[in-house]
Amino acid sequence: MSEKIKRYLGEEVKAEEIKEGKIPIEKFKPKAKYAWSAGIAISKFLEELKKGRIIASTCNKCGRIMVPPRIYCELCFKPTDGWTYVKDTGTINTFSASYLAADATRLKEPIIVAIIDLDGASEGMGIIHKIGEVEDWKQLKIGMKVEAVWKPPEEREGAITDIKYFKPVKEAATL
Amino acid sequence: MSEVAIVGFGCSGFKPITPELSYKELMFETAVKAYEDAGINPRKDVDVFITCAEDYLEGFSIFDEFVPDQLGAVLRHLFTVSGDGMLGLATAYMLIRTGHFDTIVLEAHSKASDILTYIDIVAFGLDPVYNRPLGGHPYYIAGMEMNRYLHDTCTTTEQCAQVVVKNKRNGILNPYAAYGANVTLDQVLCSETCFYPLKKLEISTPADGCIVMVLASEKIAESLSDKPIWVKGVGWCTETPSLETREWTKAVYTRMAAEMAYKQAKINNPWMEIDFAEIHDQFAYKELQHMEALKLCDYGEAGKLLEDGLTNLNGEFPVNPSGGLLGMGYGLEASGTQKLLEVVLQLRGEAGRRQIPNAEVGLAHTWRGIPTATGVVAVLSNVKR
Repeated sequence: MSEKIKRYLGEEVKAEEIKEGKIPIEKFKPKAKYAWSAGIAISKFLEELKKGRIIASTCNKCGRIMVPPRIYCELCFKPTDGWTYVKDTGTINTFSASYLAADATRLKEPIIVAIIDLDGASEGMGIIHKIGEVEDWKQLKIGMKVEAVWKPPEEREGAITDIKYFKPVKEAATL
Repeated sequence: MSEVAIVGFGCSGFKPITPELSYKELMFETAVKAYEDAGINPRKDVDVFITCAEDYLEGFSIFDEFVPDQLGAVLRHLFTVSGDGMLGLATAYMLIRTGHFDTIVLEAHSKASDILTYIDIVAFGLDPVYNRPLGGHPYYIAGMEMNRYLHDTCTTTEQCAQVVVKNKRNGILNPYAAYGANVTLDQVLCSETCFYPLKKLEISTPADGCIVMVLASEKIAESLSDKPIWVKGVGWCTETPSLETREWTKAVYTRMAAEMAYKQAKINNPWMEIDFAEIHDQFAYKELQHMEALKLCDYGEAGKLLEDGLTNLNGEFPVNPSGGLLGMGYGLEASGTQKLLEVVLQLRGEAGRRQIPNAEVGLAHTWRGIPTATGVVAVLSNVKR
């Protein structure tokens, strides 16, 4: 082990003992529950999602239209000046196909996740969401136009999942 | 080496609940106040931002990644200390003392009302093999400690209860306090026994709030503030986590932290050389136990000093003029900054109706709560030398 410590008291562990689960372990499942106050900006965002709209906040100093909205401009470090709606269409900034589920099991069909720069928001701002209605995700390209597919109004609950996913804009193909 | 000063502060809260703001918005609101007080632009004038937070209290992994925006720290130099706000103070102090940094922002907050299973989170801090399987509310540790403390020192339950009466009364005078109240000794003593011998009213209630402080080097402190509050010394210490083997009477972690701070601040007789103290009082007996560990008196004497009124607001050595955590509310990892805040207010002469006349040197002390044995001590003064 080292110059000064040759061995500890106790028995050497053998590989088969580990395999057979004979090494003592302690299991514990934490009970950790939280209910975060959404606050001004997130509350507004979620309320608007429920109505089928995406709202942004604006900063008059730097001129940015910011999604997701916030009550402060983090670059100018001042309160934001107003609210404005942005479109539910945008451009794929980047995407990936996730072949693993949250528990690391293999998925047959990958989940396509994308950063979408929303039309009407400042450059490089928008939403992260799933991409749906694509037959072969390998046809997706960075820069592709996409549009939101909303849940029906009665199913919306004021959550990011009120948008089911974004899908490629069809008209682009016919042009 | 450069002297270090607190040149600005902001405080929001403390309140029992803050459902109107997210933790980010609470931090933003507080940071704005601190930067206005210090007259700085966080986008240009700050060398390092330090936030103090514990992931399990926030409910986020890697919580440090969630803090830059609301502090003006985007693409600036920031890190999180996973501990009490005064451990952040110690870090800021050391950074400035290196001579490489002139302006540091320190932040700590509590959104205790967002935690639905607070007791389970505290219990998660217990040893998983030896302690957790026994079950029970983890505050029984405070009950055991109080019992041994009373046994060894002859401090009385009445004296412990008197801490609550004093601190909650001070809290009435503090607009930042959530739980100021006039309670009588009888009310405290007759409140239900929760963790024998600890009574319900002797346990501070969590509260929400945020504190942001701006620290500066000697070079610029006086240009930023008319009333810089100088950090004369900071010390910290942790005893063993083992409940089975730790010392149960004397809060040794606080004694060692105090000795470290006093050495730097050249304090030989704390009672004589310091004018008042803000001491961690999450449980009433802890104020007395910590007073002794801080060398403000001999072991077992704190109760008597309190009983004789010496630690009252108008006494010879006021302790917890803010109302303490019993009056202000327990601010989780912001506890240390709650202590610092009151010391700064008193030394700036801005403590309003609870102002201690001619205060020049103040002590701030914190403890990381159940089940820890970690303490931090700082000595501050409005006189540079």
